[in-house]
Amino acid sequence: MKLKTLAMAGVLGMAACAAQADIKVGMITTLSGGGAGLGIDVRDGFMLALEQSGRSDIEVIIEDDQRKPDIAVQLADKMIQSDKVDVMTGIIWSNLAMAVVPGAVAQGKFYLSPNAGPSALAGKGCNKNYFNVAWQNDNLHEGAGAYASDAGYKSAFILAPNYPAGQDALTGFKRFFKGDLAGEIYTQLGQTDYAAEIAQIRASGADSVFFFLPGGMGISFLKQYADSGVGLPVVGPAFSFDQGILQAVGDAALGVINTSQWNKDIDNPTNAGFVASFSAKYDRLPSLYASQGFDTANLLISALESADINDQDAFRAALEAADFNSTRGEFAFGPNHHPIQNIYVREVIKEGDIYTNKIIGTALTQHGDAYAAECKM
Amino acid sequence: MSLILFTEQMLNGLQFGVMLFLMAAGLTLIFGVMGLINLAHGSLYMVGAFAAAWVAGASGSFLLALMASLAAAAAAGALIELTVIRRLYARDHLDQVLATFALILIFSEGTRWAFGSFPLFLDIPPLLSGPVTLPGGIEYPLYRLTIILVGLTVAAALFALIARTRIGIQIRAGESDREMIAALGVNISALYTLVFALGAALAGLAGALIGAIQSVQVGMGEPVLILAFVVIVIGGIGSIKGALVGAILVGLTDTLGRILLPAFFSQFMAPQAANSVGSSLASMAIYILMAVVLVVRPGGLFGKA
Repeated sequence: MKLKTLAMAGVLGMAACAAQADIKVGMITTLSGGGAGLGIDVRDGFMLALEQSGRSDIEVIIEDDQRKPDIAVQLADKMIQSDKVDVMTGIIWSNLAMAVVPGAVAQGKFYLSPNAGPSALAGKGCNKNYFNVAWQNDNLHEGAGAYASDAGYKSAFILAPNYPAGQDALTGFKRFFKGDLAGEIYTQLGQTDYAAEIAQIRASGADSVFFFLPGGMGISFLKQYADSGVGLPVVGPAFSFDQGILQAVGDAALGVINTSQWNKDIDNPTNAGFVASFSAKYDRLPSLYASQGFDTANLLISALESADINDQDAFRAALEAADFNSTRGEFAFGPNHHPIQNIYVREVIKEGDIYTNKIIGTALTQHGDAYAAECKM
Repeated sequence: MSLILFTEQMLNGLQFGVMLFLMAAGLTLIFGVMGLINLAHGSLYMVGAFAAAWVAGASGSFLLALMASLAAAAAAGALIELTVIRRLYARDHLDQVLATFALILIFSEGTRWAFGSFPLFLDIPPLLSGPVTLPGGIEYPLYRLTIILVGLTVAAALFALIARTRIGIQIRAGESDREMIAALGVNISALYTLVFALGAALAGLAGALIGAIQSVQVGMGEPVLILAFVVIVIGGIGSIKGALVGAILVGLTDTLGRILLPAFFSQFMAPQAANSVGSSLASMAIYILMAVVLVVRPGGLFGKA
């Protein structure tokens, strides 16, 4: 009798152990305010991959940073000190990443970035426990510069908001654009009226326009640009043409060329499965942010399959191997833990009633980033 | 810089100013008549834009959408006046700021709950889309001209309302002595609700008009709110005329500053440096304007000193 009770207790104990999460993931992302669409997409993509893996031993603690660096830092401290997470992820904005990532990796946590890729963390500030699964910030702009050169544009008018990622954007574009600049403007961050800039574009004699205006700024610019009748060809990074905001831009975006590391028509089984299951579960098409969240979770799961997270060196090697099926097809990390991947050229099209993108070419093949050489791990 | 480009930029500045006036008029009326700082005014702008986008999407009519924006913002304004704002008139400004800031959060998350996190679509009606050629060969978007026209019409109507009608007399009286006008038998609380709803409707109209050329999304009202406060401080708090002059001054300063300052610095600096100094200074231009006005006239241009 006694033996039986003991055995029962043992079995129950083991069951309880199995049910308890072995791996804790801390996700800090933007779920409220103006930029919430991006964080929600990353979160939904990440959780979809976890659900499909069937693993019940991974617990994800999700918190909203409200797009504020101070709140992100508080949340990170709480996750590291009281929740004792093993891995952190989720941050969308580069300025928040700069506030959280260096501290988190210094305390021995792994950080997998599903979006922000500031140059400071790719070059001198790189860290062996920091992995970026999306892109280095300059990448898509470099792709746009390469495309503009290939398309034969000789004189581009370029504009971006006056903040670090905006400066990175114009630097990235210029790095690969061989023509001249008809004008270069820094706009205000959060600016919503671009009439003055559009008038300058009209007067500049440029043959093409490149802009990096993420989120609502891009919607405003595109609608006003289309209405102005200037009509020069526009090139931009995918951030102003993702699935979440295209519907708000409408016809003004049709035919616009943009560059991305992902699109829903990349032909591989992982991507097809991802697009189908995401659309079925959330009743909307996935954006590039959702694909990045999905890939981040699959990278994490692949590393957990082959290594114990408590053995940091082995786990890091497993992450570096990047042995997972990416929605982007081929995927590998460079020496600074940033992706080496293709940057595609997309065109905005209309499928039925839905505005979306179609890949029409490749801007850069197996492209790394400009900062890898500065990284000493 | 060619004359054509300069004229086009003046029009842009005027259009921006007129839009700011629609926001600032309500804000200054509410502050002038009731002594209330309403941070939630930007939320009413957002309510107007969302109502317009929703109705335009459902009915396809831009005119219906504009009417919906007026109605929705006025209703939202009246509702918060009756439930929250009314309790704040006697409190000090800090309490008002706190409560109306809470309203911003409630409106933002409530809108997200109702409409989702992704921006909505609201387009310029086909009749008003595309550029027209003005005398002198200036190509200018017809829709922006329409905004200028609508804004100036609203300004004229508002002046007539304040100067010529019985309601206007009551509003002006309420501004100078609220106890006396209550003692004379005017229903002061109904008047306050009316003024608040009127201000809210103007903000909603601005949101709908601007929503068609910008993005209709949660949090769209806050940047405009800050500018609207700058406008009423420059114009003199409580003065509709001040709001109009202040709004056009701010619109022109901001637009021309963005163009002229980088060009000015490039006369004697390297292009890259001129660009970054110029655009940094341009974003400060309206605040410098505000500081100068306050030094010369501490009560604002048309304020009571």
